[in-house]
Amino acid sequence: MGSTSAENDKGSVGRRDLIKRSAALGLITVPTMSFLSACASGGGDDDSGNDTPKGKTTKDNPFGAEKGSKLDVVIFKGGYGDNYAKVWEADFQKKLGITSSHTGTQEITGKLQPRFNAGTPPDIVDDSGAQQIKVDVLNKNGQLLDLAEVLDAPSVDDPSKKVRDTLIPGTLDPGTFEGKVVALNYIYTVWGLWYSGKLFKEKGWEEPKTWDDFLAICTDAKKQGIGGLAHQGKYPYYINVAIMDLIAKTGGLDAMKAIDNLDPKAFVGSDAAQAGVEAIYEVVEKGLLMPGTNGLTHTESQTRWNQYKAVFITSGSWLENEQLKTTPADFDMKFLPMPLLPDSKLPFEAIRAGAGEPFIIPNKAKNLAGAKEFMRRMLSKEWSTQFAKEANSLTILKDGVDSGVQLRPGTQSTVEASKAAGDNTFRYLYVDWYSEMGAAIEAASNELMAKRIQPKEWLKRAQAAVDKQAKDPASKKNHRD
Amino acid sequence: MRKGQHRFVAGFLFVPVALYLIFVIWPYIQTFGYSLTDWKGQSQTFKFVGLDNYKALFDDDVFMQAIWHNILFLIFIPAITILLALFFAFMLNAGGRSRAGGVSGVAGSSFYKIVYFFPQVLSLAIVAVLFNAVYRSDGGGLLNGVLIKLGLVDAQNPMEWLNEPKLVLWMLMIAVVWHGVGFYLVLFSAAMQSIPKDIYEAALIDGAGRNQSFFRITLPLLWESVQTAWVYLGIVAMDMFVLVSSMTQNMGAYGGGPDHKSDVMSTVMMRNFQYFGKSGYACAMGVVMLLLTLVLSVVMLRATRRDRVEF
Repeated sequence: MGSTSAENDKGSVGRRDLIKRSAALGLITVPTMSFLSACASGGGDDDSGNDTPKGKTTKDNPFGAEKGSKLDVVIFKGGYGDNYAKVWEADFQKKLGITSSHTGTQEITGKLQPRFNAGTPPDIVDDSGAQQIKVDVLNKNGQLLDLAEVLDAPSVDDPSKKVRDTLIPGTLDPGTFEGKVVALNYIYTVWGLWYSGKLFKEKGWEEPKTWDDFLAICTDAKKQGIGGLAHQGKYPYYINVAIMDLIAKTGGLDAMKAIDNLDPKAFVGSDAAQAGVEAIYEVVEKGLLMPGTNGLTHTESQTRWNQYKAVFITSGSWLENEQLKTTPADFDMKFLPMPLLPDSKLPFEAIRAGAGEPFIIPNKAKNLAGAKEFMRRMLSKEWSTQFAKEANSLTILKDGVDSGVQLRPGTQSTVEASKAAGDNTFRYLYVDWYSEMGAAIEAASNELMAKRIQPKEWLKRAQAAVDKQAKDPASKKNHRD
Repeated sequence: MRKGQHRFVAGFLFVPVALYLIFVIWPYIQTFGYSLTDWKGQSQTFKFVGLDNYKALFDDDVFMQAIWHNILFLIFIPAITILLALFFAFMLNAGGRSRAGGVSGVAGSSFYKIVYFFPQVLSLAIVAVLFNAVYRSDGGGLLNGVLIKLGLVDAQNPMEWLNEPKLVLWMLMIAVVWHGVGFYLVLFSAAMQSIPKDIYEAALIDGAGRNQSFFRITLPLLWESVQTAWVYLGIVAMDMFVLVSSMTQNMGAYGGGPDHKSDVMSTVMMRNFQYFGKSGYACAMGVVMLLLTLVLSVVMLRATRRDRVEF
């Protein structure tokens, strides 16, 4: 109908106009459409992506990891370094013919968040450190592989047993979300107080078993110009270890679970919580803290402690490896379970223990079979021993270190402490489950240590953090029994 | 224009504009889109939640407090930096006793210029490390060390400079001003040097003192440089991410302590974005930050507008 040229026809739209207009419309709509569709579904086309290389499954290779395939390994290079992983990868290549690309980094989030978002994550990740991508966040986004398959596979050392049954009991808990294990917390860690065996011998002090004994040593030290308790003030995470351990040991596992389960009486109305926080505040009030410790970073305060400027410090068992360079040779580092308040439900030997350093397999990994096999081998005695040698720490594998390996004094004392504790271990999970609540309690603890708030106010603020988390509709609620 | 030139010019115009659209404007639009969702930051699955994030923002005490901290920075950082820079620049260029009838700076001014400029060549991250050592909370800190030696601070109870709610913002400000003054000093110096010497000489003959020649001559003729400095420093004050996140007490992550007393919008945003996994919510904060920065830039440019003095 009619002309196709715009000049002749005034009434209808000419071809040129139409093209111009549609092009203009396209300029607007194309981005908008893709933007809208990104909002609506996003990433939906990734589902088909599991063309993971797969070889034959055999007894030694239950997942069918394919020879000649590649594995993309990312390791957090923190207190434990990343040498251990390089040793493993070399062995993996020798035994299975799977080469790997190794990335050792502290910037886990910076390097991996874009990859997760784009659907091209690595095959296996040690997701730790200050810049870890929170496991709860990754899990909420459905990015993590359910590790049941690995845990139910036969153990490398004893094929008649499942991998799951060769681990120290309870070590899978922190990586468990809604009943699924999505992160393998590989390193067996104990938390508590640390001191120098040498300083203790010099001063004739005995390991304090009660809080009064603990305060007595701190007071004695103070008289001699040494600080009592040091903590890593710039990161209130550490002093929370002390406060929360006192609460758990005083009130027993129920007091601990009340906090993890966001109980409306977790802090306010809990005698154990009150006793615990008042005990810590006593240290502050009596001036038994190392001077200035509230504002120091972890390395600053730990180094001061290594210079005998304080008797005790709070930390986990990565401390020894982290401080290797600054610890005097004769320091004789020793672990101490949190001393007891009167009428405590748990014995002195009870310790916060469990697994740290979460290893994850993204469920969009390119080489799933290889990643699973890699993780299965991490839980063999051979690799576990390698780890103890390279990183001065224990893994979650039961008796996972060959008896021939000589451990450093601090690590040795944690072995003894966990033997003495036996089943008397406990482990808070709110730290992994609810980052926001953890941060709020840390803020309150910092105020407490700086004497700006009193224990009563601390309890109120901690309870407010619990209540807020419980009410937050956006957060998935976890429960432990 | 000759034939073909149009295309040439258009090419030069089109490419940068396209790049700008793709890499600057488009992410802003995306951020706005994300801010309407409950995106958690680690995958592309999320739900549309409308303006919920924005509503939640206004109930978020931490973010509201952070805005106030930014505003405080916005008032003081530009004012202090510019005043100091102007004073030093004037002293270096026209503050000297008039020797042989000319206008000159104080003795040794070319040396001072280098010294003043020096902090500017350091990156903010290094400034943070330096000032962490200055403010260190035990006797090992420079400030505490000196004050303890002088007997002004008790060694058993040293000042925790960055852990004092009332001090922390000022401590950060000192670091920023220290870092910035040199640059603006050089900027103002350059502008001052372009002011014809005859004007000063004429003023001198008329009997003007230092103060008069500064307020009557230097400042009016420098106004445009001052205005530029104000806008740049305003942007610094709206950011402050590096110093806050690497110098102050941790509130989970990205500094902000003690008790959020040093939190600025960018640190609260990053904490929500990465540490709490509330990325959609953080995007809403980003949009608010963008709007505030835009509004403030416009207001500042308007407020400082003056007639241009020709010389």
